[in-house]
Amino acid sequence: MKAAVIVFPGSNCDRDIQVALRQSMGSEPQMVWHKDADFDDVDLICLPGGFSYGDYLRCGAMSAKSPVMKEVVARANKGVPVLGICNGFQILTECGLVPGALMRNSNLKFVCRDVHLKVERNDTVFTKQYQAGQNIRIPVAHHDGNYFVDADGLKALEDNGQVAFRYSAEDGSVSDASNPNGSLNNIAGVYNSKGNVLGMMPHPERLCEDVLGGTDGRPMFDSLVAALS
Amino acid sequence: MKARIHVTLKNGVLDPQGKAIEHTLGSLGFDGVNEARQGKFIELDIQETDEAKARETVTAMCEKLLANTVIENYSIDLEQ
Repeated sequence: MKAAVIVFPGSNCDRDIQVALRQSMGSEPQMVWHKDADFDDVDLICLPGGFSYGDYLRCGAMSAKSPVMKEVVARANKGVPVLGICNGFQILTECGLVPGALMRNSNLKFVCRDVHLKVERNDTVFTKQYQAGQNIRIPVAHHDGNYFVDADGLKALEDNGQVAFRYSAEDGSVSDASNPNGSLNNIAGVYNSKGNVLGMMPHPERLCEDVLGGTDGRPMFDSLVAALS
Repeated sequence: MKARIHVTLKNGVLDPQGKAIEHTLGSLGFDGVNEARQGKFIELDIQETDEAKARETVTAMCEKLLANTVIENYSIDLEQ
């Protein structure tokens, strides 16, 4: 399996994804600078978290127009799996690869802590090594993670099974009390309609080793390696 | 020509920053504010002198970059 991590000016989780991928793949992912639109053919493209372009105008707005993203969109439309985490999710919404938008957290605070997530489905390349309905613990760190989509869009997401993860409580229940940022229907991550693009606010790459305090993020990368090797 | 663009959140989209402004105005004693909505103001100095062409270009700029039309509306004022 070959993977690429796209690096934008202001990305700060690119190395975390690199380490998580290296552990699961047993080989090195390719780090691709955002100006290099002609990177190698790969089986997986990752858009990392961070503050690309200083969040100017809107989070992810500038990165979505950078040279590499045209190529990422073209490859995603051909079926190449794309994983966008945090700022990567914001970039995915800004370039239209997944529906909706990420707005300022409803309590106006930067939220930086572990949350629990309910895994909605385990029949995608990203989640095969989780159980459907499993409750996992993953960190979040964002100011603009409040997922919004219009009423028709929300219905379509729910009807098509495009919700990947929901913010839950430690006991697995999903309610307003377990919603850290005001996201509609507690949505923490969404798929595109074909299921090959996943955008999510929480950071699975930050919990892939015991020494970091947990390994609930590792099955995502192991799932991708198993599906794409 | 100057193009002045207002970008605002669509009706029905919750605006937590607007809510905070509304609340703080109330706590400062400014009663009678029914609602506050926060947006962005962008001013461009453009070379185009034909108003219709300028409006077409600035509209394209709004659609492609300046506004996220999933959540935002925009309005354009032009001044020679």
